[in-house]
Amino acid sequence: MTRIVEKSILGQYQGARITRFVITAEDVALKAKPGQFIMLMVKEEGERIPLTVVDTNKKDKTVTLIVQELGFSTKLLGSMNVGDSLYALVGPLGHATPIQNFGEVVLIGGGVGIAEIYPVAKALKEAGNRLITILGSRTKDLLILENELKAVSDEFYVTTDDGSHGRKGFTVDVLKEILESGRPLPKIVYAVGPIPMMRRVAETTKAANVKTLVSLNALMVDGTGMCGGCRVTIGSESKFTCVDGPEFDAHDVNWAELTKRNQVFVEQEKHICHLGRV
Amino acid sequence: MRKEPVKVREVEAEKRVAGFDEVVLGYSEEEALTEASRCLQCKNPVCINGCPVGINIKGFIHHITQKDYKGAYFTIREKNNFPSICGRVCPAEYQCRKACILTRKGSPFASDNSINIHFLERFTGQMGINNGWMVPSETSEDLSKFKVAVVGSGPAGLCCAGELARKGIQVTIFESLHKTGGVLRYGIPPFRLPHSILDFEIDYLKKIGVVFKPNSIIGKGKTLQELKNEGFDAIFLGLGAGIPTFLGIPGENLGNITSANEFLTRANLMSAFKFPDYHTPVNIGRHVIVVGGGNTAMDAARVALRLQKMRGIPLDTTLVYRRSEVEMPARRLEIAHAKEEGLKLKFLVKPEEFIGDANGLVQKLKCVACELGEPDASGRRRPVEIKGSDFELDCDLAVVAIGLKANAILPKVTPELTTDKNGDVIVDPQTMETSIKNVFAGGDIVGGEGTVIEAMGMAKRAAQGIINRLLAPTSGTNLENTKGVGYANKC
Ligand code: FES
Repeated sequence: MTRIVEKSILGQYQGARITRFVITAEDVALKAKPGQFIMLMVKEEGERIPLTVVDTNKKDKTVTLIVQELGFSTKLLGSMNVGDSLYALVGPLGHATPIQNFGEVVLIGGGVGIAEIYPVAKALKEAGNRLITILGSRTKDLLILENELKAVSDEFYVTTDDGSHGRKGFTVDVLKEILESGRPLPKIVYAVGPIPMMRRVAETTKAANVKTLVSLNALMVDGTGMCGGCRVTIGSESKFTCVDGPEFDAHDVNWAELTKRNQVFVEQEKHICHLGRV
Repeated sequence: MRKEPVKVREVEAEKRVAGFDEVVLGYSEEEALTEASRCLQCKNPVCINGCPVGINIKGFIHHITQKDYKGAYFTIREKNNFPSICGRVCPAEYQCRKACILTRKGSPFASDNSINIHFLERFTGQMGINNGWMVPSETSEDLSKFKVAVVGSGPAGLCCAGELARKGIQVTIFESLHKTGGVLRYGIPPFRLPHSILDFEIDYLKKIGVVFKPNSIIGKGKTLQELKNEGFDAIFLGLGAGIPTFLGIPGENLGNITSANEFLTRANLMSAFKFPDYHTPVNIGRHVIVVGGGNTAMDAARVALRLQKMRGIPLDTTLVYRRSEVEMPARRLEIAHAKEEGLKLKFLVKPEEFIGDANGLVQKLKCVACELGEPDASGRRRPVEIKGSDFELDCDLAVVAIGLKANAILPKVTPELTTDKNGDVIVDPQTMETSIKNVFAGGDIVGGEGTVIEAMGMAKRAAQGIINRLLAPTSGTNLENTKGVGYANKC
């Protein structure tokens, strides 16, 4: 049985909240690598929700998850407290991020996507890479893991949409400057965040011809390859995000399709949220 | 004078599409007795050859006629662990009933006049449940020291676990989903197989000592080697054929086009038909198209009709199939039920392209008409496109149910496990042992997409293989691809 052993609020602004949980999950704690995720159900009648494994503690057999309380199910999770049990958790799922010494790497994290950048950053640093990290959030109070990422980065930038912290603007603005500065191009760019952000990063690095990986947040049901609900078009092929990904070459992703596919349940989401049962 | 077959009681179509309750109500004792009395008790009971696991059909029906229901139950249980499940989901009209002497020779499936063996089996299974009859365990000291891991809790895994546990072996079943039962839970809708029946059989296994570990994805969490290191003496892989196939036509990734697996998993496993009390959503359309001709397609179509009804949408669900009705691999009973419930069927139609609206949602399905040509490898006549016959169907939700392939998660991380070009695991057909010693496999992961009873048949063989292996650890294996053994029902 999975139990919550720690809970903290990392960011809060108007209605939005980003929460960190440490929970017991032996298999995942022992096996998960950066880039992998788990599926979690808060209750028996709940949805299976995919969440990135942010950190693992092999000794305590716990994992760290960071969730933005956006929809019904993530808010339900956010309402859980230390000592509470969660109905189900399975993982680790998906492929791990390829970690090697590339040389110089640009890491871009937007919003709660920063949570996924963090384990990757640590692993890439350990593998000897020089890290340029660019974090972005709507506003200062929703920026997470700033100190943790600063500590492993060689160059570090923060942007906020409203200018309340770091530079006013978007992560892609900083990326553009770096790519256009005339210094040697980074070997690889790794970006996780909202789809519009990843899409703009992809367009920018494609023009500069820099290899770019993104981690996609397609809608999932099982997370184990059995439904195909998470399919995305990569180049001319259809792939399942949960088993073929979640990371793909950003330049091959059909962003328009992914954006639309992720909208198919908005009506139901509105309905269940309006009932206000969390 | 020969008696008429006893019709089984069913909930009337209008009422049953309003929910997910069971459609077929089964025989009463009296009805079962009458139907059983129709059995000719042939000297040479050919029906038995039609059963993939060789149940002594003549014998169990005779017991029924004598009102010896316990005798009937144990006769079935000699070969089949789950009569109450198989009595509901077995495609009897292609198996025992087709072989029954009362079926007209050369008929592609059972004649109506053949004995309703499956309903008698179901009746007997229900008696077993009602009376709590348990097949006595035959534990032995030799075997009770062994531990076996079963990976996957579908028909094959459950069956293998039951066989081993009855001998006193300590069995643990690992299941990747949060609920056990595999396709019996996520695929087959409760109106065909109520979850209470499945739960009864699973509880029975728990009673005889089987330990269930849901949320355990072997290959991603623990590896086979780690299971061995933990002290499991043998492993059975009942991984199933869990990966949906798509048509590969333009527009297939538009919104509201799902695999049957996704549609059924949302509805059955996640209980999306009870949204918002259950939180997983499922979309339904005004014009639903289901592509395919197998049982999964029928299940999806019947779920679609129910969702339309439950949400107050006028029933409009159409099944398109590229061959004609006789070639449909689906059960005849399901086809009949689906028609009664309002399913429209369009035959000799091949989907060519999905067309979407500005929001990226499916709007139309472009098709081409076909005619039947020469028989293909399956022996059924091949659909041939008629040039220039393109037409469009309204479609705001499409369910693709054209087949499944092997789940590759475990084989991918286990290179020593030999698979064929379809990704199916290769086994010694006698023992069901894989290329890895002490690792066995059965069900769809070996034979490709097949039926519940075929999977159980293989699992039983594997259980015997495991027992022999545990008792004689050094004997050799003979690897061979068993593809094609009894698995002919393809779309
Ligand atoms: S979530 Fe079902 S296949 Fe990926």
